Amino acid sequence: MAELARNDNPIQPNQQDEKPASPWRDAWRNFRKNKLALIGLGIVTFFIILAVFAPVIAPEGIDDQKISTENYAKLESPSSEYWFGTDDFGRDILSRVIYGARISLTVGFFAVMGSVIVGSILGIVAGYYGRWVDTIISRIFDIMLAFPSILLAIAIVAVLGPSLKNALIAIAIINIPNFGRLVRSKVLSIKEEEYIMAAKAVGMKDSRILFQHILPNSFAPIIVQGTLAIATAIIETAALGFLGLGAKAPTPEWGTMLADSRQFITDAPYTMIFPGLAIMLTVLGFNLMGDGLRDALDPKMKS
Amino acid sequence: MFAYTIRRILMLIPVLFGMTLIVFLLIRAIPGDPAQVILGQQATQEAVAALRDSLGLDEAWYTQYFLYIGDLFTGDLGESIRTNSPINEEIWPYFAATLELSLFAMIIAIVVGVNAGIISAWFQNSWFDYIAMLLALIGVSMPIFWLGLMEQWAFAVEFEIFPTSGRESILNPVDPITHLFIIDTIIQGRFDQLAVVLKHLILPGVALATIPMAIIARMTRSSMLEVMRSDYIRTARAKGLRMFWVVYKHSLKNAFVPVLTVIGLQMGLLLGGAILTETIFSWPGIGRYIYDAIGFRDYPVIQSGILVVAFVFVMINLLVDLLYAAIDPRIKYQ
Repeated sequence: MAELARNDNPIQPNQQDEKPASPWRDAWRNFRKNKLALIGLGIVTFFIILAVFAPVIAPEGIDDQKISTENYAKLESPSSEYWFGTDDFGRDILSRVIYGARISLTVGFFAVMGSVIVGSILGIVAGYYGRWVDTIISRIFDIMLAFPSILLAIAIVAVLGPSLKNALIAIAIINIPNFGRLVRSKVLSIKEEEYIMAAKAVGMKDSRILFQHILPNSFAPIIVQGTLAIATAIIETAALGFLGLGAKAPTPEWGTMLADSRQFITDAPYTMIFPGLAIMLTVLGFNLMGDGLRDALDPKMKS
Repeated sequence: MFAYTIRRILMLIPVLFGMTLIVFLLIRAIPGDPAQVILGQQATQEAVAALRDSLGLDEAWYTQYFLYIGDLFTGDLGESIRTNSPINEEIWPYFAATLELSLFAMIIAIVVGVNAGIISAWFQNSWFDYIAMLLALIGVSMPIFWLGLMEQWAFAVEFEIFPTSGRESILNPVDPITHLFIIDTIIQGRFDQLAVVLKHLILPGVALATIPMAIIARMTRSSMLEVMRSDYIRTARAKGLRMFWVVYKHSLKNAFVPVLTVIGLQMGLLLGGAILTETIFSWPGIGRYIYDAIGFRDYPVIQSGILVVAFVFVMINLLVDLLYAAIDPRIKYQ
């Protein structure tokens, strides 16, 4: 009924002042209607706030060892004082999980940024110039995609040496072909549009056509794919950390924390519940947001 | 179909060569002298020189590559630095363990995933639908190494229902024939051991199955919903056919093609997930083989292990493509 009443009103006073609807505004309007997407956005925002304000929010520092009257407050169960309990060094797990958000989000974001930049450049070059350049780049993508991605990441880290930085590099590398292919196919379809031909006809340079016309048109799918890729990248970072191929203790990286707490599976299972829960929630947030963005920006891309 | 098959196989050749090149370059990309890195700082000059020689590191790189390819064609996967035995001889038991785990996980994923998807579509917007899709949503985002740990804690430590790790009882080991223990125990008629083997498979199998299960359930649901809106389904229902047959026979047949693609893709991804699952459950599979090799800087094993997994991955994708073409007559290949 409410909707009917609104539609009956012929005059919508604000409409004239509004800017012409841009595709981004349309997308936001669609996104806002999607409850799951908003939940995803909420979860992601929550973790971003945790990450940014970690020193303010976290009750303890990442390396503070709590000393009770007799000895270290080692492996204490969750309580009103230590919400998530303490680990074997008497460190507050809640604080470490909060600081862990910094690592996972940073690594996830920058790894994906790296793959987006390199992938886009390769995709544009392959799609725009075609012929042998395209063949070579596309074959390289095929070959990289022929490996299960986590395996390729493990191989790269095995060569570069285990560290958080190398884990980030490995994750960036394995995601390049996904973005490369995406941008390439987008370039191929846009290249034939009339306005690109017009731009060519008036003598616009290749580089300008690429960066002013073709690249902006690939933004929507890149953002969708990028959001979903951050989710995978966070899991991969944690997986590498868990395998001892990423961040090293005492860094409060979620995967590394899980690996360290495995030995307490009988005595203190809560040491491994919370870091894992944090990974799952963050990943869920990015997945929900990515799905929502896809529906809002690019309805045709539905899997 | 025949021409398509041939073409699809020919297209694989450059990919396979590229894979060998990447794997070959891996060991050469180690900063510094790979032989020194492998043996560690304390190694004597002679030992390093001997390893350089046995890895062929003193030749020009293209000679090395051709030698490497030549070896691969004769089935020579190199020698493990740790055990000093040929990798092609010791790799099968590991590979079989991974194969058994992956197939088991895939069966769980397909049976549960497809049925959950069908029922969700059948009773769209019911409680079952909401709960199943919520679980699927969580499943897709699940770090499986954490899920594995949680399973271990709940079902092996707190309630000792399933064993924590391994794939057989140490006191009563399976006598290996094929190294696929389910088959081995059945051949030998050792059903007591079969039960033990199955018990060991459950926890890692479920952990590994979670993500594909969730994806298959979502895919099946959306594919079924689409098909169930079509005219021929309405006709089938109008003529009074029982809903069960409408859903499981008429709808599923047409809804299954996209599901099959997803299943194929997931089968390949399982191999990647197997590495993590195997680490948690001490499953003696190829993932664990590679992982242990990393700790020992056993680069020949890392190389060959990765190559074998990637090769299987590519073959599975090929099979899925061919199956896809065979099943769906609407797909025409030029």
